[in-house]
Amino acid sequence: MSNLAHRLRKLQNNVNTDYIISGRYKFRIREARELAKHVFEDLEKDFYKKIKKGDFLISGENFGCGSSREQAPQALKAAGIRAVVAKSFARIFYRNALNLGLLLLECNTNYIDDHDELELDLDRNMIKNKSKGLNITCKPISALSRKILSDGGMVEYFKKHKGRLEIET
Amino acid sequence: MAAKIIKQTIAEKILSSHAQRELRAGEIAICEVDFCLGQDGTSSLIIENFEKLGTGKVFNPSQFAMFIDHSAPSPNIGVSSIHKLMRDFAAKHSVKISDIGRGICHQLMLESGLITCGDLIVGADSHTCTYGALNMFSTGVGSTDLAISLASGKNWFKVPETIKIIVHGKLPVGVYSKDIALRIIKTITSKGANYKALEFCGDTIGRMSIDARFTIANMSVEMGAKCGIFEADKKVLNWIARRSKRKPHPVAADEGASYQSVEEYNVENMAPQVALPHEVDNVVSIGEVEGTRINEVFIGTCTNGRLEDFKIAASILKNNKVHAGTKLMIAPASRDIFLSAIKKGYIETFINAGAAILGPGCGPCVGTHNGVPADGENIISTANRNFKGRMGNPNANIFLASPATCAASALAGRISDPRSFSRRLNR
Repeated sequence: MSNLAHRLRKLQNNVNTDYIISGRYKFRIREARELAKHVFEDLEKDFYKKIKKGDFLISGENFGCGSSREQAPQALKAAGIRAVVAKSFARIFYRNALNLGLLLLECNTNYIDDHDELELDLDRNMIKNKSKGLNITCKPISALSRKILSDGGMVEYFKKHKGRLEIET
Repeated sequence: MAAKIIKQTIAEKILSSHAQRELRAGEIAICEVDFCLGQDGTSSLIIENFEKLGTGKVFNPSQFAMFIDHSAPSPNIGVSSIHKLMRDFAAKHSVKISDIGRGICHQLMLESGLITCGDLIVGADSHTCTYGALNMFSTGVGSTDLAISLASGKNWFKVPETIKIIVHGKLPVGVYSKDIALRIIKTITSKGANYKALEFCGDTIGRMSIDARFTIANMSVEMGAKCGIFEADKKVLNWIARRSKRKPHPVAADEGASYQSVEEYNVENMAPQVALPHEVDNVVSIGEVEGTRINEVFIGTCTNGRLEDFKIAASILKNNKVHAGTKLMIAPASRDIFLSAIKKGYIETFINAGAAILGPGCGPCVGTHNGVPADGENIISTANRNFKGRMGNPNANIFLASPATCAASALAGRISDPRSFSRRLNR
């Protein structure tokens, strides 16, 4: 099954977590689906309305920089985003997304335009851009990250391992 | 005992001592953490996740604290319910909570005496990196990671590579550590230190007060850094000794430790620096923006809300009036700072100049209350972030600068060079 790519029109690099979900909302809204209605509101009004479940968010360098708010990946996931695809991710956002089971992929996103149809091939670390007939190679995901993702996030991983943090890299 | 072969950076050493094995950059390790904290923007998710983990109890209740600081006192019902959730959790699990009016989590952690040199700290707030000025590995994490540490006393860490930053030269009058921080961010950019540790050293840093060092450590995350660590010199050890009963474990880098890069800055002739809207690394020397109309000025935050910052601002504002049509808001970073500033007469100076004094806390920095700007307004602030919408209105423009530049700009109603007050600042 393939899904659509969404590029933010106004900003490609350094998309910070304040832009993903503003402090105005994260302090007073605790319901993830309510938060999801405000993603990227300060950059593009009603952005969330464009997203269909399973779609991809496309960005450039240093996606998710700034504040440590976990409401950022939480709101993206609740908005229906299957994976964020960017040239690179900021550190805290990367961990937060992983912990919530939101897939992040690093690759050269110059080959993906707004509304391109994409398909994931995770076993081969590949994104197929069906609109352009291109296969884009992604940076491999570490063994530990794969495990956490396949368990559905860090909470489930922790419970499955009965509170023992194990790492096999 | 076998001779130590690996030469390590400060970050590698602190993570090694908490993993009980020798680590190098790039390795992944499980480390015991010395202290965890959360604030009112992150604690509701910490509590939710902690409860999902199902351990039922906090691993070490004396090593966790929550702070009601970002949106405090509460401006609406949603925030009030989060504050209540935090208070109830604190009572149930016998963990520390700092309620409204006490101040910003980071300043209170520094003042608390609970943490010391060589510690490993995780905080659910990105500016947890501030404590690096006291020679510790202190890093911001998300709420789930914090919940994991809360339940287990540990977490997994990727050992970062280190960029060494050496700062040379005597700072000119009217130019401060905030200007140095902005200058470094301009060069490294907001992504240049992603996943890295920063080590700060050099004669300029050695001469600096601890308050001034906190400003630089605080802004490490604006370059993407995991932490920004300083050496434990006499000033650091004295600062800690006055507040903490715990034995410090000062950590120095080994001679021959491996750095990703070494960068040198000479600040001898540096002008005051200003970050322009809407990115922290969009930095220019003050001459390029002098005269820009300013509607709102904010002096405070975990970057620059300390006594030394207030002293500088007061020496400019004394016997002067804030420009008609410009608002000045001042928020002390903690209650102790507030009290000292009252005793020293700074608060009286601010009030006489026409400032609005806010209670100790984050103030309008994060856009939930206490001075949300109007459409089209220009703000100059001592905070660390100027993202579009940061202060609650995406149609406002935020400039970042030192307390001196902000105070001078409040008087003129325009961005102004504080060096014109050099006779006052030299005293």
